[in-house]
Amino acid sequence: MDIQFKILRYDPIKDEAPHFRNYTSRPDPKDSILEAIKQIRDEQDPSLSFRYSCREAVCGSCAMVINGAITLACRTTVESLKIGRIVIEPLPNLEIQKDLIVDMDPFYLSMKTIQPYLLPSEEPPETGHRIIERKMENIDQYINCIWCGSCYAACPVASRDHRYLGPAALAKLYRFIKDPRDGRPSTHWKIVDNEKGLWGCDTVFRCNEVCPKEVRPADGIEGLRREIIAHKAKKLLKKKS
Amino acid sequence: MKNFDILIVGGGLAGLSAALNAPPRLKVAVISKVHPLRSHSVAAQGGINAALGNNPDGKDDSWKKHAYDTVKGSDFLADQDAVNLMCKSAIPALYEMDGLGAPFSRFTDGCIAQRPFGGAGYPRTCYAADRTGMVLLHTLYEQCIRKNVHFHDEWLVTNLVVHEGRCQGVVAYDLASGKIMPLKAKAVIFATGGYGRVYLRSTNAFINLGSGIGMAYKAGIPLKDMEFVQFHPTSLYGKNILITEGARGEGGYLYNNKGRRFMEDYAPSAMELAPRDIVARAIQTEIDKGNGIDDRFVHLDLRHLGREKLLKRLPGIRDICLLFAGIDLIDSPIPIEPAQHYSMGGIDVDATCASSVEGFYAAGECACISVHGANRLGGNSLLDAVVFGKIAGRTAGEYVEGAAEDNRFDRVIVQHAAEWNTKVETLMAKDGGENIYKLLFELKDVMSEKTGIFRSKKNLEEALQAISTLRERYQNAYIFGSCRRYCQEFVTLVEFDSMLDIAEVIVLGAINREETRGSHFRLDFDKRNDDDWLKHTLVTPSEKGPVIGYKDVTLGEYEPVERKY
Repeated sequence: MDIQFKILRYDPIKDEAPHFRNYTSRPDPKDSILEAIKQIRDEQDPSLSFRYSCREAVCGSCAMVINGAITLACRTTVESLKIGRIVIEPLPNLEIQKDLIVDMDPFYLSMKTIQPYLLPSEEPPETGHRIIERKMENIDQYINCIWCGSCYAACPVASRDHRYLGPAALAKLYRFIKDPRDGRPSTHWKIVDNEKGLWGCDTVFRCNEVCPKEVRPADGIEGLRREIIAHKAKKLLKKKS
Repeated sequence: MKNFDILIVGGGLAGLSAALNAPPRLKVAVISKVHPLRSHSVAAQGGINAALGNNPDGKDDSWKKHAYDTVKGSDFLADQDAVNLMCKSAIPALYEMDGLGAPFSRFTDGCIAQRPFGGAGYPRTCYAADRTGMVLLHTLYEQCIRKNVHFHDEWLVTNLVVHEGRCQGVVAYDLASGKIMPLKAKAVIFATGGYGRVYLRSTNAFINLGSGIGMAYKAGIPLKDMEFVQFHPTSLYGKNILITEGARGEGGYLYNNKGRRFMEDYAPSAMELAPRDIVARAIQTEIDKGNGIDDRFVHLDLRHLGREKLLKRLPGIRDICLLFAGIDLIDSPIPIEPAQHYSMGGIDVDATCASSVEGFYAAGECACISVHGANRLGGNSLLDAVVFGKIAGRTAGEYVEGAAEDNRFDRVIVQHAAEWNTKVETLMAKDGGENIYKLLFELKDVMSEKTGIFRSKKNLEEALQAISTLRERYQNAYIFGSCRRYCQEFVTLVEFDSMLDIAEVIVLGAINREETRGSHFRLDFDKRNDDDWLKHTLVTPSEKGPVIGYKDVTLGEYEPVERKY
């Protein structure tokens, strides 16, 4: 079946404004949108630019907007859209570099801000840690994050305030705090104990909705809030006694 | 001109491992054509081997047994000194990754979990469910952030500059700005990965065009054992997405259209857990014999493992099957077929990752040391990347610390960049010609059709002819778009040139090697021949074309015997 693709094109150096370009193509219904736009590029318009790599929803390259929904192009099939016309746009809330390629730097910067790495308080044991599997299961969902930026693009807070760290970064911090091997002092939480951090979240859960890996970043934000409140309460009680 | 002590090309597992282990006082940078987390290492699923002896069924395991399995798996073509080094280093390397934060799955006593894998005498494959590559890549990238490693993302290296026998630097294309840049470096480490997308049916990421291997070759460095191409037995039918060997490690069965576990006929004792070359051949044979389902695929059945185990151990491939095949492996068998997966061959380096060119090193899939010989065991590639990435970072560091500043050949690097600039302009000025994506498709098609699992002189010679025709047509390629920024056509044009060399060297090696060993199966020479062929193939470029030579295999305590599983 012929399908109309309406793809946003933009070269900020030459074009005055982003514009749509129409293509007609006949992809296999089982093809992913990534395969479909790759086919358009290969056969009709080699100048079309978009990011891609693994094509199996694990590298996080191809987040974009497909018929109004933020998703990975590789994990959306043509037939799942059940409509003869497909509109493709770049991720919102991030500047367009060219066509479907956006500047991911604000997102990467927010990830880096929270110190997204294990910070053990002591040298690891020579023959490895002993960890109860259940404790690792607590952080399982957060480990799934592939840094695709979908939640950052969808977050209403991040879109109106670029200082806000965004869902993925906050969930990532929670992943490390809950890791039994991590030993970061609670002073590290200061980075997020403010309005640009976890108190900025509007709890509208757009991040949970769009995450293609079921990370549910808002769970992490909520978890962080609980940890910090509990920590502060403990400190207060200590002072009183 | 930007100036570095060590330039690491490639941000996958090997590249990041090199970056973390290069001396911190040196000026080190990682260049990657994609953001490092998009590298293909992220797609590795099943695990990483180390003889930790954590599994109750593997208490007697040792690095020596790991080494023997690796050598036997390689059909005795691996260099035994390098294999020993890798297997011995595996144990501390695993504990190091654990200490850096890799979230490995655990046994009930809290130690790192290990599962059985193909061709291994013991359950020694450590894993994080079925996303081991992803967690290792993310862990190393996180540590790179911690150590302030310098990254240049979305820069494509266009060529390696070698002058007077020494590596001088590289030329790179910055996708974001569209500029071509000369980059000077005292040492360059290639960790550029494999060339899977030289084949049509491959488990590899779309970006795995493999140009790093071709660029080293163009700079005069020999390629080793390129005829050994691994076909993974279990890729999802049609899409060729990897279904981890861990699925069979957890106890999965393979069935043909008669409902028979056909591995009984090919590897009666190891069954589904024979090495990949043997299982891939068995599956292809069954399909060719008419025993495939719809004549196209066989079934990988996991249903008997039970819902709970599948959800816990193989959640990623369940997701893949749901998404890309519309089936739930909890209640349906998975349709699978073999597909290109890995390159045993690569840039010729020794066990210190050094090449014949001073200042140039290679590690990971793009390199051939050789630790995998004619067939790699599952779980050994992540290990290879982590261990030899580290060694490459250290070796290059030692070299740079002893090397003096040398400005004599700066102009050579600048000149190379200028030539590339002219080339882009010429390509963009052309009004018409060959579409590079079409040429790429045709190359893949030829490689899959003629140089797959079963090979013959006739097919290989036809492939060689087709490659030569494609090379002529490539001269006529052009760039359709008019924007130099994020010009992925240009990226493909650059990489395709290398892919032609890679394809040619694979085919030449395969024509020449008149025997069957590991992944290289010749229908017209179907036995291993140690008297004539227990040697590495080395192909070196020359003005007259590729020159084929050989190199002895480093043997050791393991005498070549017939492989039975």
